[in-house]
Amino acid sequence: MNTQDKRRADLVNAPSRFPLREVVLFAALLAAILGVYLAMGAAYSTRMLVEAACYAILALGLTIQWGYAGQFNAGVMGFVALGGYCAMAFSVPVNPAFWDSELPGELARVLLYAAAATLLVVGATRLDRLGVPKRLRTVIAVVLAVVLYLVVISLLRGVTGEIQSRAGFVGGLGLPAWTGWIVGGALAGAVGYFIGHICLGLRSDYLAIATLGIAEIIKAFLKNSDWLTRGTATVSPLPWPTPGPAELGFTLARALYLSVTAVLIAMIFFLLHRAYHAPWGRMVRAIRDNEVAASAMGKDINKRRLEIFVLGCILMGLGGGVLATFNSLFDPNGYLPLNHTFLVLVMVILGGPGNNLGTIFGAMAVYIIWIMSEPLALAVMNLAVHLGDLWFGWEPPRNIESRALQARVFVIGLLITLVLRFAPQGLLPEKVRHHG
Amino acid sequence: MNELVFFINNVIIAGSVTGSIYAIGAIGVTLIFSIMRFAHFAHADMMTFGAFMVLLLTAAFPGVGGIVGLPTPVVMLPAAMVLTALLAVGIDKAFYKPLRAHGVKPIVIVIGSLGVTLMLQGLIRLFAGTSGQSLYMAGERKEIYRLALPFEGVRAPIVITEPQIILFVLTIACVVGLHLFLNRSRLGKAMRAMSDNPDLARASGINTNAIVAVTWVIAGGLAAIAGTLLSLDVTFKPDLSFFLLLPIFAAAIVGGVGHPWGAIAGGFVVGFAETLAVFNWAVLLRPIAHHFPEWLELPRNLAFVGTEYKIVVPFFILVAILVWRPTGIFKGKVI
Repeated sequence: MNTQDKRRADLVNAPSRFPLREVVLFAALLAAILGVYLAMGAAYSTRMLVEAACYAILALGLTIQWGYAGQFNAGVMGFVALGGYCAMAFSVPVNPAFWDSELPGELARVLLYAAAATLLVVGATRLDRLGVPKRLRTVIAVVLAVVLYLVVISLLRGVTGEIQSRAGFVGGLGLPAWTGWIVGGALAGAVGYFIGHICLGLRSDYLAIATLGIAEIIKAFLKNSDWLTRGTATVSPLPWPTPGPAELGFTLARALYLSVTAVLIAMIFFLLHRAYHAPWGRMVRAIRDNEVAASAMGKDINKRRLEIFVLGCILMGLGGGVLATFNSLFDPNGYLPLNHTFLVLVMVILGGPGNNLGTIFGAMAVYIIWIMSEPLALAVMNLAVHLGDLWFGWEPPRNIESRALQARVFVIGLLITLVLRFAPQGLLPEKVRHHG
Repeated sequence: MNELVFFINNVIIAGSVTGSIYAIGAIGVTLIFSIMRFAHFAHADMMTFGAFMVLLLTAAFPGVGGIVGLPTPVVMLPAAMVLTALLAVGIDKAFYKPLRAHGVKPIVIVIGSLGVTLMLQGLIRLFAGTSGQSLYMAGERKEIYRLALPFEGVRAPIVITEPQIILFVLTIACVVGLHLFLNRSRLGKAMRAMSDNPDLARASGINTNAIVAVTWVIAGGLAAIAGTLLSLDVTFKPDLSFFLLLPIFAAAIVGGVGHPWGAIAGGFVVGFAETLAVFNWAVLLRPIAHHFPEWLELPRNLAFVGTEYKIVVPFFILVAILVWRPTGIFKGKVI
């Protein structure tokens, strides 16, 4: 018997068949969106769609890391916040109170000192090439680093305090918003390179711990650097790249913004699709599925992993920038692990890790459910309070609204564990095409 | 001398307190890691859960501590430990065991533990609200001891509070108890065998399911201790977990993963590093400032990082250890 004739079981999912599952799921999604439009009005629903589209960009970033390469990034929030910061810093109007004073020169001087100090310390670590004993070199380098760090940081504290009291904050550059998006992506990619370079050669758990940490650090930095970001005072409004609501009205302006995000998603989707089916994508999947075999084939595992991780982080930074510009508000306190890390995680694992279409579906569906669950949670909580009062004479605590929203945290957690247990492939599983 | 007392209060005592809490937390993380081979992200929320149980019990039976002469929360601690241990075993049965049985990669269980984190967080905040609460209720006060030093010209006393003393005593008790358990008892030896080689342990007749359950009981009990004492030292806050996770993992990795002694050392390393980094060194330099040359003016604030950036310290310790010695100080086994 000819082995070529045998149909393999895993060919059943081959793309040549009619994509019934996709059509049904997307039809249901369309119906849900129409329902929201009917119930909540056009302006609100378009706003929801734009935010869902921004989340889709974030989810595409995470699906590359988790779905293509099996790297778990627990700090999406940090990269999103970086993107948001860059969008703010580039698009907000120039602050003349800062630029007309001597403060930019002062700041530049301190930054130059910092660069010089770094060079000195790096030089000190190379002293052993001049014949200094290694132990002595280490001592010199450490002492020099500590002293210079203290000097530079106290100079910086002086300048930043001055900026804060005299000019408020540094202000923006007054450039179009898309420059901020690009730079935000680049900055997020650079941070991702730093983390990935350290952690990707080790166990995958370490990457999760390190990304979780860097996300909190980025948030703490943005929150407390009042001279750079105005901290908790928040910066708004951020100018849009498209005509704003003042000119076109809410619905039309948001629809225009939606078309911008749609074009972005289409571009990312197309490029990712090509990359996935290119030799590079096959190599990445081979590494994910069997690292030892891939390295035996001579593939550079750590380099591919780093590429994937940085690429995912770039997309997250970009998505964060688009999201911050749309909200027209940069609020470092508004970046929460729940909204910006775990929600994205649910989108990816529910939609289908490694399947771009599934990820976009997951992003849209989960975001709609998430937004709609807020009034639902409040209604359920009010009902519970009412019944409790009726049956047991229970006196409800005052902050019942904020507690009701905590119930959603529980549901997100439950969803993660259930999906991992019962549908680890997601609703639209990754399709692996077998040749021959 | 006053500056030295200030240093003792702000670095030695504060560092030992945070160090002990991190150490107790890190022991649990490292035990779970060595038996089940995954980083348990829900550990910090188990700590919060333990503290929350103490809060509930204290509210239910106020004033019990007066009979024994200890703060009521400390009297309630054993019951909270039992409850937290039960919770830990239950979580394992409900969420981690099915995943393990499926033979998934460890990273998937890590994500599962993040899901558990969110569930615990949601539940705790649903019932406890989001604001901080004091564990001292019904007229109980935190006992504060001020030890004046018998030296000439020393005005500032050394300040230490009752929960801090209880914390030190309990930390020592935990460490000694754990040492005896792991080295002397049959179960402890079986645990070490399983952490070395699970397949060999199973083949030689060790009931691995029982070992897993015992690990969760120990980890849950220790988490309850750490969480309660942290809440006694400051206040009970439901949303501490993401700030506790990083130092605890840093401590476990610094000490070498799978190494209970290393976790203790790592906890103190991270705790002291944090307090040293936020300590204002200008205070110590000021008495000798008149020896400095004219052009050198001492700034008022000479701390390495502000208190708001405390979380940076464990992160950089983590990065440094991952770069230079990923096995940790005491050569952990799994990388």
